[in-house]
Amino acid sequence: MCASIEKSMLIADLQQQILQWQGFKQIEKKDYAICLGELEKAFPGHVFPVGTLHEFMMESNEEEAASSGFIGGLLSFLMQKDGVGLWISSSSQLFAPSIKLFGVDPDRIIFVNMEKQKDILWALEEGLKCEGIRVVIAEVQDIDFVQSRRLQLAVEKSKVTGFVLRLKSRFRGTTTCAARWHISPLPSHVQGDMPGVGSPEWEVELLKVKNGNPSRWQVGWRQNQFQAKRLVLSSNPIYHAKRKVG
Amino acid sequence: MVKRYAVLWFPFLLTDWYTKHNPQLTHTPFVFAMPERGKMCVSAVSPLAAELGVIPNMVVADARAAIPKLEVLQDKPLRKERLLKSIGLWCMRYTPMISMDTTGFLILDITGCAHLWGGEEAYLQEIYLQLKQKGYEVRISIASTIGAAWAIARYGQHGIIIPDNMQQEILSTMPIACLRLKSNLLERLKKLGFRTVVSVTQIPPQVLKRRFGEDLGKRVRQALGEEEEFITPLKPVIPYAERLPCLEPIRTAKGIEMAIEELLGMLCKRLMGEGKGLRKAKLSCYRVDGKVKYIEIGTSRASAHIAHLLDLFKQQIPTIAPGWGIEVFVLEAIKVEETTPIQELLWNGEGNLDNDALAELLDRVKGKDSHCRIQRFLPDEHYWPERSIRLATSLTEKRTTVWRTDRPRPTRLLNPPHPIEVTAPIPDYPPMLFRYKGEVHLIKKADGPERIERAWWIEQGEHRDYYYVEDDQGRRYWLFRLGHYQGDRSANWYLHGFFA
Repeated sequence: MCASIEKSMLIADLQQQILQWQGFKQIEKKDYAICLGELEKAFPGHVFPVGTLHEFMMESNEEEAASSGFIGGLLSFLMQKDGVGLWISSSSQLFAPSIKLFGVDPDRIIFVNMEKQKDILWALEEGLKCEGIRVVIAEVQDIDFVQSRRLQLAVEKSKVTGFVLRLKSRFRGTTTCAARWHISPLPSHVQGDMPGVGSPEWEVELLKVKNGNPSRWQVGWRQNQFQAKRLVLSSNPIYHAKRKVG
Repeated sequence: MVKRYAVLWFPFLLTDWYTKHNPQLTHTPFVFAMPERGKMCVSAVSPLAAELGVIPNMVVADARAAIPKLEVLQDKPLRKERLLKSIGLWCMRYTPMISMDTTGFLILDITGCAHLWGGEEAYLQEIYLQLKQKGYEVRISIASTIGAAWAIARYGQHGIIIPDNMQQEILSTMPIACLRLKSNLLERLKKLGFRTVVSVTQIPPQVLKRRFGEDLGKRVRQALGEEEEFITPLKPVIPYAERLPCLEPIRTAKGIEMAIEELLGMLCKRLMGEGKGLRKAKLSCYRVDGKVKYIEIGTSRASAHIAHLLDLFKQQIPTIAPGWGIEVFVLEAIKVEETTPIQELLWNGEGNLDNDALAELLDRVKGKDSHCRIQRFLPDEHYWPERSIRLATSLTEKRTTVWRTDRPRPTRLLNPPHPIEVTAPIPDYPPMLFRYKGEVHLIKKADGPERIERAWWIEQGEHRDYYYVEDDQGRRYWLFRLGHYQGDRSANWYLHGFFA
């Protein structure tokens, strides 16, 4: 018994050392930590990496809406204590009142509408450098490794969290983002046999996690909290087919 | 402080300008002509034509008869005024207060300016030489009143500087026409034998007023400095402006940047001392070749932060074409507002709408892409979804009503709503299926209807019945039917948004 505890402690210690060698810095727990329940286990140190870049892959308008909802949930944690967010997009925009349902004050988000993808990336980088804001969300179709590295350098200094929403992205190569998400809607959660549409549910898939374990979860939003449950089914076929090719 | 004025008279303004652009006309007498009451009349005379006796307002046919080789060119209305104005703007380098007389004079308020050029004599000479180099014949005189300077420039010799309180002596022998009087009044005075200024000043003012009206006495008093005269400047004087003349013309981006930094340093120090910040600033770059280039910046709230303002200008430096070099930089704060610097320091914590870093970031974004829209939404007291939000006018504007959470709202709203085909049981049940972009969605769960009426005092039209539906794959949509169900025609259904 004693030997097994020693062994597990040794393994945990070794894991920490490996993470350090991989250049992973221990994330300090901030006062606005994100509670994702079981999903947090996918991340190194079982903490949602704040102050880094996350990307969300979206294939359709429905997935775009689902991702926006999921991000809304994340923002409710990130933007606590009067935090400010910046949402940069080109054409479509978040419908501001909806995000209040996820516990975020829409008037604390500043929406920027820009025509060119190049300008959006520039604004994203500037936003990530700015210490006056907590989170920057940018809707860009494609982002390559070099561009993402610039953003990563900006983020490392300022500790601002960045979300990149990529609708119908053609480029699926590596980026420096800490995690790559894919969120698709699932039938809503209804208590008992109640009629009507219930609280939102999503299939949250982590396609890539830096120093973590990619997997799939069923996540719901109930009473201003995420409820996550791990799924053991085979992964989304679209992404896996493409990953094999790439 | 004693006021000093310089008056510039261009005797051959239009023809000098024309000769400058057409040097072949230098040795030909020519005039400009414009139709006046059905006759072609001379409007401007070249120096050679003037020597031959052609005077303005002469009929062209008479002039031609006297001088057969006279060249006559078509004049355009307002050309002279435009030319004079551009020269006036160029003269801004000598003084900010410049006024234009419609008869072809420039009046410069040079109070406190001449010493920068080493005295009034050198100042006058500098203006004269610069304009001479550009090809303009000009007569300048400096005096303590506009009237006196005008009189000498027009009827005296070039380059006379009248010391303060010497107007009376010098003006007394001048002809009566030097008082800037209306032509009919001048005619009457001449008829009555008043030839010089002194002949008028000897008569008691009450008598003059009774016989010739208010105007004569006023002009005399103005010329002698007994009555204040005001000028309307070509450009309103901006109270917060700094200028930087350069020894050598500047042509590089780095040089321009340094000049801006220098100017901002001076301007911001002044603004900060007065508890103000700038919202809009304009940099004018006066080039060696006489052209002026402008760049403008705006901030979302009053700021006197040099580094930030410099950043905003830096974004626009590439748009300045320096040509052969820039000799004078002028930075003007067009819009200035009060700031509360102490409060800013207190609340300058991270992540607040009222922080400098955020305001500066938005300024940079706006400077990068001037067409971008920066919006912040506040709730509005309307049920109609498109009207339920309004744009905030500032970063710190507080909401006047609460965000409603009692009704579901989609995260993405389609604008405008997309028409769809729907199969729905009549009259008021949620749809069973709908077709959107060629795909059929079978509806499994639905909420509704939520009827939203239009605000009749804003617009007319039919109400909407909204349904919150979920299809067999768990995708959630916001549908509505426009108006009531009517048996004889198919109802109008629309897709209005996607739920999370």
